[in-house]
Amino acid sequence: MLIINCPWCGERDESEFQYGGEGGIVRPEQPDDLTDEEWADYLFNRTNTKGTHHEIWNHAMGCRRWFNVHRDTVSYKISKVYQIGESPDEPTNEPESGVAK
Amino acid sequence: MKRLATGGRIDRNKPVQFTYDGVQYTAYQGDTVASALLANGESLIARSWKYHRPRGIIGDGAEEPNAIFQVEQGAHTIPNVRATQAQVYQGMVVKSIHGWPNIKFDLLSIFGVFSRFLPAGFYYKTFMWPGKMWPFYERFIRKMSGLGHSPVEPDASHYDKTNAHCDVLIVGSGASGIAAALTAARTDARIILADEQEEFGGRLLSSNVQIEDKLASSWVQESISELAKMPNVTLLPRSTVFGYHDASFLTINQRCHDHLPLAERKGAREKLWRVRAKQVILATGAHERPIVFANNDRPGVMLASAVSTYINRYAVKLADSAVIYTNNDGAYESALDLHKAGSSVIIVDVRKTADGSLPKASRDAGIEVLTNHAVTDVVGSRCVKAVKVSPLLDDYSDVTAQSRVINCDLVASSGGWNPVIHLLAQSGGKVAWSDDKHCFEPDLIVQQQVSIGAANAVFGLDECLADGVKGAKQCLHNLGLEASDVPLPSTDAMTQEPMMEIWRTPNGEKPWLGAKQFVDYQNDVGVADIYLAAREGFESIEHVKRYTALGFGTDQGKTGNITGMAVLAQALGQTIQSTGTTTFRPNYTPVSFGAIAGPELHGTLFDPIRKTAIHGWHEENGAIFENVGQWHRPWYYPRNINGQLETIGEFNNGKENGEWNIFYSSYFKRNIKQNKRRYSFYLFC
Repeated sequence: MLIINCPWCGERDESEFQYGGEGGIVRPEQPDDLTDEEWADYLFNRTNTKGTHHEIWNHAMGCRRWFNVHRDTVSYKISKVYQIGESPDEPTNEPESGVAK
Repeated sequence: MKRLATGGRIDRNKPVQFTYDGVQYTAYQGDTVASALLANGESLIARSWKYHRPRGIIGDGAEEPNAIFQVEQGAHTIPNVRATQAQVYQGMVVKSIHGWPNIKFDLLSIFGVFSRFLPAGFYYKTFMWPGKMWPFYERFIRKMSGLGHSPVEPDASHYDKTNAHCDVLIVGSGASGIAAALTAARTDARIILADEQEEFGGRLLSSNVQIEDKLASSWVQESISELAKMPNVTLLPRSTVFGYHDASFLTINQRCHDHLPLAERKGAREKLWRVRAKQVILATGAHERPIVFANNDRPGVMLASAVSTYINRYAVKLADSAVIYTNNDGAYESALDLHKAGSSVIIVDVRKTADGSLPKASRDAGIEVLTNHAVTDVVGSRCVKAVKVSPLLDDYSDVTAQSRVINCDLVASSGGWNPVIHLLAQSGGKVAWSDDKHCFEPDLIVQQQVSIGAANAVFGLDECLADGVKGAKQCLHNLGLEASDVPLPSTDAMTQEPMMEIWRTPNGEKPWLGAKQFVDYQNDVGVADIYLAAREGFESIEHVKRYTALGFGTDQGKTGNITGMAVLAQALGQTIQSTGTTTFRPNYTPVSFGAIAGPELHGTLFDPIRKTAIHGWHEENGAIFENVGQWHRPWYYPRNINGQLETIGEFNNGKENGEWNIFYSSYFKRNIKQNKRRYSFYLFC
């Protein structure tokens, strides 16, 4: 069972979280302008990464916020956790106080 | 009674009665079911899975493949309990699980006669056609094979769960585990020490070796009572660490009262510990592996280490005359134990020379040692009566034609040791074959852990103690703590000379011909089955496992797996490293469903109940509910009119279309006249 460092709450067990699939997928602004292939690509096609994978998780049993995670799909090591809207290269927000580290 | 007058860790002042297959036996407090049966002279205790051959107790711990029993009955029954790990208590009811009408006289042993026609994959090949007939065949096959019986009544016990955190979790309390625990506990680190046995001490309890000029078991007792006094240490006896998951999450199954009579049991039967450990020390020890020879499954063929356990720990006089078959020095200790217990012993060693300190001590004691010899066959079917021994050729490829028959009632074999790498492999680590140590040893570690002692392929008592201290220091260093230097305890353990690798004993025939040579006892997999799989094109060890059933069952091949891999490597003419191992998955030993379900096992919390918005209305109108997944759906509304039970709106719920059915059935039922019935078929798209 993974330990995920929620950017709002701190380290918690995986069982508190819900997986939200691949991250960084932006909904096209003008869906009507897309071809069927482009729309299908947005809806269905995912990278199926071996290695560091950008994904989103929801702290469903906690703050209920979505956030970004970079997780290695081979070793399950989590390298980065950051809030929605943040850039992965910016330093991650420190968890709020009262969190066991 | 085959009980020694003195010694052992049993309490002779506390006799305990238990029944085995309806007959009452007497044992002592501290006995396991296995030692109690051996002390009562019961050697034939099981029938094999496929051929219904007579089987006896082989090991002394988690690796035991044969001695598995049904313990207790009714709501308290537990299937497939390893006799080697179940402590006997007053009034215990033990039943054997194979054999018809019983294990002593088993009519199904006829399969042994026809075993030539029942090769590996027999069921796959024979019962494939016609496919429709499988349910018919299955009924009979299930009856003839299979293991214990699942409980029918609801479980009378309840179960508990707990979460725990610690700095260092130590798995196993043998020599290295205790050394590591003492080192780590003398700092501020929070320690959990878990061990699967009834008592702490591991294999030290089976040995006559001295530590600090005391018997090893006294040193264990002193160390454990020192640990018990420390506030930062949690001791978990009877607790199997059965799973090692991601991010140092380990699961421990603590058996709280299986060792007590039913009337004295209070509280939860089992407790599931969910532990997050910052550092994990694996001191899981090693399982001895047998050497394969013809008819090596006869009752009376045991592992050499188990022989020492039954003599030293349980004071059982196992045999009048015994043969030790070995490729290493360690088994000579068992020979000395047998000699001390009053048995006559002959040692058969495959090596050309055996001049280490233990062989010397054995010769000094007057034990005959046959070097460069091999045990080729066993005489006797319901018990060992004699063994055939032949000299080996210079290149070990075969035996010479001369053969000597040695009368004996016990054969103890030792083919070296397999480190218990299960937890390491579960954590994502990898192992590599060591040509020097002739076993798999930890190679790649991916989590915060260290393997110590025999689990780290370090053998020998002094080396294990030193490795335990070293491993603990490494973990403490990772935690930013410094351990104080404590001198290592002194021992009188003798150094051991290198072993010689041998898997299957040549006996003048092709490996797949002749009498059965068993590799996996629980699934009746022999050398011939593995060669057959190789001939039929199964080259991956994972495929061979599934084709032959090697390493299946409740023991998961703890005695036979590595040997099977080595035999496959020989059959394919490749190295053991390139053959590799099968995947080690949780659980290390079987865990009851109750422990996993926990307190939710009983009552409404077991499974979520989902109700529709108009559930109350259905209830008011007397609906009978049925479960559609987790949803509670009204099934029908029984009404009592003129004394006749009338049903309106009964329908066969298409489970996945529950909502639609309710809607339509309410609509159609309006058209049904009283006391009329209508059969309708609705098609929903």
